[in-house]
Amino acid sequence: MQEIKREILISKASEMLNSGAVDRVLGWKKGEFDYDITPAIFRTADELEKEFVWNDFCGANFSKYLVKETGKSENKILVFLKPCDTYSFNQLLTEHRFDREKVYAVGVSCDGMLDAGRIKAAADGISAVHEDGDKVIVDTLYDGSLTLDRTAVLPDRCVNCKSKKHVAYDELLGSDGDVIDSARFDEVEKIEKMTPDERFAFWQNELSRCIRCNACRDVCPACTCEKCVFDNPNSGVENKAAANSFEEKMFHVIRAFHVAGRCTDCGECSRVCPQHIPLHLLNRKFIKDIDNFYGEYQAGAEVGSCAPIVNYTTEDLEPGEAVERGDGNA
Amino acid sequence: MRKVSLDKLDLLFSAISGAGTLYIPVDTEAGSKYEKWESGKTLSNALNTVRSAKDFFFPQTENLMDFKMEGKSIEVIDTRSECEDFVIFGVRACDVKSFEVLDRVFLADPVDSYYKNRRDHAVIVSMACTKPRETCFCGTFGIDAANPDGDVVCYKTDDMLYMDAKTEKGAKLLEKLASVTEESDDTAVNEQKKVIAERLAKLPLAELSAEAFGSGKTSVFFDAPEWKELSESCLGCGTCTFVCPTCQCYDIKDFNTGHGVKRFRCWDSCMYSEFTKMSAGQPRLTQLERFRQRFMHKLVYYPTNNDGLFSCVGCGRCLEKCPIQMNIVKVMKKLGGSIK
Repeated sequence: MQEIKREILISKASEMLNSGAVDRVLGWKKGEFDYDITPAIFRTADELEKEFVWNDFCGANFSKYLVKETGKSENKILVFLKPCDTYSFNQLLTEHRFDREKVYAVGVSCDGMLDAGRIKAAADGISAVHEDGDKVIVDTLYDGSLTLDRTAVLPDRCVNCKSKKHVAYDELLGSDGDVIDSARFDEVEKIEKMTPDERFAFWQNELSRCIRCNACRDVCPACTCEKCVFDNPNSGVENKAAANSFEEKMFHVIRAFHVAGRCTDCGECSRVCPQHIPLHLLNRKFIKDIDNFYGEYQAGAEVGSCAPIVNYTTEDLEPGEAVERGDGNA
Repeated sequence: MRKVSLDKLDLLFSAISGAGTLYIPVDTEAGSKYEKWESGKTLSNALNTVRSAKDFFFPQTENLMDFKMEGKSIEVIDTRSECEDFVIFGVRACDVKSFEVLDRVFLADPVDSYYKNRRDHAVIVSMACTKPRETCFCGTFGIDAANPDGDVVCYKTDDMLYMDAKTEKGAKLLEKLASVTEESDDTAVNEQKKVIAERLAKLPLAELSAEAFGSGKTSVFFDAPEWKELSESCLGCGTCTFVCPTCQCYDIKDFNTGHGVKRFRCWDSCMYSEFTKMSAGQPRLTQLERFRQRFMHKLVYYPTNNDGLFSCVGCGRCLEKCPIQMNIVKVMKKLGGSIK
């Protein structure tokens, strides 16, 4: 259940539209089912009233849409940002990917966004989803109502939420929280403890399901290249589908390297993967290593911060040392 | 009609696999998927597999031929291996219909011999849907989830699996299974069909109509202003096209292995920026045009070229998997509703 009510968001957005301070609102639009929500541009208060939604399924991170949207118009756009979205927002600003002056950022407090996939796995046919405190009530088409624990249907990124603090906003709706000392690296540690063969087998199994739909890349706020190398027929590495399982690894590993130091751990890659590949674990390994080797660093925590791996200092550890400090598992 | 007790499914599967390699939907940590049956593997209870059954006939990648160069001569090597008979068990009505959509593309002149080879060797054992989901809308395209096509059609009750042959191929398979199945009347099956019909009528998308679309409607929808809003938040990924049972676009590429050249075919997606790029450039410059292409193909172009047959079967996979939850149902409601 979210602390802030939908009406508060609509009222803020309508006020901004009506005053002419912004001419578009980037928000969540209701669909066919309770869990079915699409990112959308709203242009009038009437549209907001009819179709805007704010509930436990508003997981989509809007930061990346700002790159395209701010390029379309000279006018300001209002965007709603959850705490984790604000890190992506800052990171994109650091990379000069959009014009801050064209955005009115409204921070919204977040109590975690549910994973519709987990709810669907528990119910054959859903007619409605509503909440009662820490329970999620699912009305099904054939088996009456099911009561699920909210924590059981939260995705990993929310179970191990790294921050309830908004690191960027023009205005905040609801309360601001704190950076959380989460257990988000526990899964990474488990994988680190595997033998190289076990680890290879683990990723081989996970990545063998990849269908190269590119959803992870296309949703990723750190992937904003105008032309991705994997889409370029002249690059020699364009592979629309992997010819073998090595190519799938190449795509994902190269992508993880490419966003290392810039990935804020927003978790969108794993949210959108149609094959449930825990892609965020690759990125978290990089984040953990950066913390370990260069001191704690959170991408997007501040605008303009220089990631350790693009900031050479003479104190930087040597590659050989990195391998040793990673217990041979770096 | 034949029947077999559900606690003897292992025996049944063992008998089927005697007739050809058997694939059944099984549960995995990432949802239901088809796997080669071996003793101990149990049938998934999920309504459908995450990936569609088209993979059996139109795999994501396939090697078409090899070339070997020596001096100035090029040897062309046919890499095809003769396909063996196989049985796909538990295919839902929507996916069975998708084979007809694919057949009209791959079996039309010139026949795609790679595809045909696999089609010829397959026996389709379909399964009626006892619990269709909220995302199902096969009825919109005239498909009846209670009466799937296929070589053999199955009905699963609480304790029994009923099997009925629909084609000669199917009758032959059932003959081979005579020792593990017994003769049955169709009382239980008729009862189940009635229950399914009632359930289908109550589905949230039961009223969705494709009437506004179809053959010859290109000019009606092509320039519709709604495409802008519909495509606005599309990420341009290929999820919808890759989980879709009827999407059939592919690319053919040559790959230099260092020892020769492999020519392979892989799935392609109209959602991708380089799709059908030509010497003159990319014909669809923005995501709006790419997005429009996909839905116009399903709802207008394909029917125009195929006697009015739609190339959507209402399986609901795109509703389940689109990262931004935009899909053909929303497109149809938005566009169909705007046509007076």
